[in-house]
Amino acid sequence: MSTNPPSSAGKPAQQALQQQTRTPTPSGLRYPSNKKTIYDRNINRTKTSELSRAAFAYLFVEMIAYAQKRVTGIADLEKRLNNQGYPLGLKLLDLLLLRSTVPSTPPTTRPTRILPLLQFITTTLWRHLFARPADALERSAANPAEYMVTDNAPLVNEYISVPREISSFNAAAFVSGIVEGVCDGAGFRTEGVSAHWVGEGDAAEGGKAEMWPGKTIFLIKFAPEVLEREEVMGKGG
Amino acid sequence: MVVFALLIISKAGGLIYNREFNAGLAKLSSNDLLILAGTFHGVHAITRSLAPVATHPANRLSSAPPSSIAAPFPLRPTGLEVLESSHFRLTCFQTVTGTKFLLFTEPSQPNVDVVIKRIYELYADFVMKNPFYTIEMPVRCQKFDGALDGYIKGNVR
Repeated sequence: MSTNPPSSAGKPAQQALQQQTRTPTPSGLRYPSNKKTIYDRNINRTKTSELSRAAFAYLFVEMIAYAQKRVTGIADLEKRLNNQGYPLGLKLLDLLLLRSTVPSTPPTTRPTRILPLLQFITTTLWRHLFARPADALERSAANPAEYMVTDNAPLVNEYISVPREISSFNAAAFVSGIVEGVCDGAGFRTEGVSAHWVGEGDAAEGGKAEMWPGKTIFLIKFAPEVLEREEVMGKGG
Repeated sequence: MVVFALLIISKAGGLIYNREFNAGLAKLSSNDLLILAGTFHGVHAITRSLAPVATHPANRLSSAPPSSIAAPFPLRPTGLEVLESSHFRLTCFQTVTGTKFLLFTEPSQPNVDVVIKRIYELYADFVMKNPFYTIEMPVRCQKFDGALDGYIKGNVR
């Protein structure tokens, strides 16, 4: 967004020149009238503030509508939502780590092992985003590189009824993008984080699925080098 | 104390949602329901223009101070609100944007306005906040159905 106000025809040329020299390159940052950017604010200022759920719901509707433009399929749509969440995750990692420290102590380090990272995601990140921790954290029995975070009723899906034609679509792909951003930002490369419905067409799990019809699993698949490093670090103590 | 059915009519007069909660009304085919909705839409428009002239703010605007013009929702006639027979009562609630909620209840049903406001809330939540709903089109949202059932069966009866 440009910081220059649209120059009116009646304005003296000198003044217009001054305006241009003051902002040589548009940095993408918005400058409010008091010249204080978001980085000038106290980092803990919005720590406990809350947002309107309805405002978020309407914004999310528009985000999905935007992502839906010219998509080729469900996977493509989820990929686009994932991409919208990814930069959020990168920034949230740093913000939440900085905030979690007590003043006048050195800042908390980033998680270097898989379990502390997942703990950070299921508690700190989830609390910050949804005001409650995630409901479960499991390691896949079939593949040691896969971890599963469960949310019984994701906030992003609260008002969304998915039409039958695309019933496998899960709007929580946005949240999985955030999780992917956090993992990548901490140096844990993933082969993708994806959101899946639970118990779809599973008659055996009927009772469970009925209690939480929107139950969603976030599948985190770490890259092989991350597991390799984890093994080396485990041996080193 | 029974809530029979709910109809939602779009601002163009089309039936966008109908649901029967309890048996008691005569069964209508979907075609008849569409005709009923269209007819009600017309009757509603007639009743609105039947309102006495004095309550119409447009006639007072010229003499009123300019501040009253800025009022966002001026008091205007809303049209038919309740239709009562010995077997049922039809309550109509019209939103600011012209969508009409028609609730068929028993004549003795109390607090219909509370029920219909709550239904409007559910509509705002589960229909308007659903990215896959196209405005003015028939409502097909599972969560809206579920929330309506939960509310009507849990609280009203």
